[in-house]
Amino acid sequence: MHSRISDSTVSPALPGSAGHAPLRESASNGLKIVIVGGFGVGKTTMVKSVSEIRPLSTEETMTQAGVGIDDASLVRDKTTTTVAFDFGRISLDEQMVLYLFGAPGQERFWFLWDRLFAGTLGAVVLVDTNRLADSWYALDRLEHHGTPFIVARNNFTEPRHSLEDVREALDLSPDVPMIDCDARKRDSSKAVLVALARHLYSLSTDAAGKSTAAAGKSAG
Amino acid sequence: MIRGPLDKEGPDRLYTVTGGRSRADESRFDMVTLIVSESDPTPGMQSEHVKILRMCRRPLSVVEISSYLELPVSVVKILLCDLLDTGRITARHPHAARPGGRLPEPETLKKVLVALQNL
Repeated sequence: MHSRISDSTVSPALPGSAGHAPLRESASNGLKIVIVGGFGVGKTTMVKSVSEIRPLSTEETMTQAGVGIDDASLVRDKTTTTVAFDFGRISLDEQMVLYLFGAPGQERFWFLWDRLFAGTLGAVVLVDTNRLADSWYALDRLEHHGTPFIVARNNFTEPRHSLEDVREALDLSPDVPMIDCDARKRDSSKAVLVALARHLYSLSTDAAGKSTAAAGKSAG
Repeated sequence: MIRGPLDKEGPDRLYTVTGGRSRADESRFDMVTLIVSESDPTPGMQSEHVKILRMCRRPLSVVEISSYLELPVSVVKILLCDLLDTGRITARHPHAARPGGRLPEPETLKKVLVALQNL
């Protein structure tokens, strides 16, 4: 039964086969970053341009109730939410492996946020200036979940507005970093991740010195 | 939306794979928990368990296993619970995240930043 010749459909390069890049034996610490954005904004393109593996995809399902469910939950009825997402990965050092998830910004996705993305370091909100309204819900939800984020504008064509115009249109606070990018280009996508990592690092050091800063502020 | 491979699956397969169970103790695995096999498959073992043990000879994340098996993440977690309970795998849990959704330590984030800059 193992001699069956596989058909020609594209399937992921399985571990151990050619085309699969295995993780280091010492890999021990998985990290998550989520790239959120509307349909067709370039999430998968960005994952693909920086990932060390060909992007994979999978799905998660959840019934609307989500708790105390029984066997009926496995029947695909109207109460079942299914969310598909793509991901890639980058080995950062001997231990750390960063997983990048491209996630749809639509409403039902946020039902699964806690289950899938608890512990996420931060998010990149990928925006298309022609469809800024697609991002409002995602921005609102990230703020709700307390997930730090930056906004990256994907420019497949020459942008017509300044980033500050976009900040205003999105009603973003001045401390949210913004960056222009071309998700098709590795260096550009890498710069987006570096910008997010710099923002996270800066937030973590701010938090460490917050008590003294707050004391100084009230005195002034 | 574009339908993935799982939509071609009948619920029967998912039911059979998990022996009818629909919930794992989810807190035991994160999507990016890295799984490592501690033993070889044995005769008579469920085929999904066999596949997991084979693909995790090197560390592999829960979400990658889910993609390769073409099963939802939550179903994979149920399968992994079985293997963890019988000592056939070990799990390397993410340790950057801190309770209450707080950011990791600055030292960890500094390492992430530097590693990304050096890509």
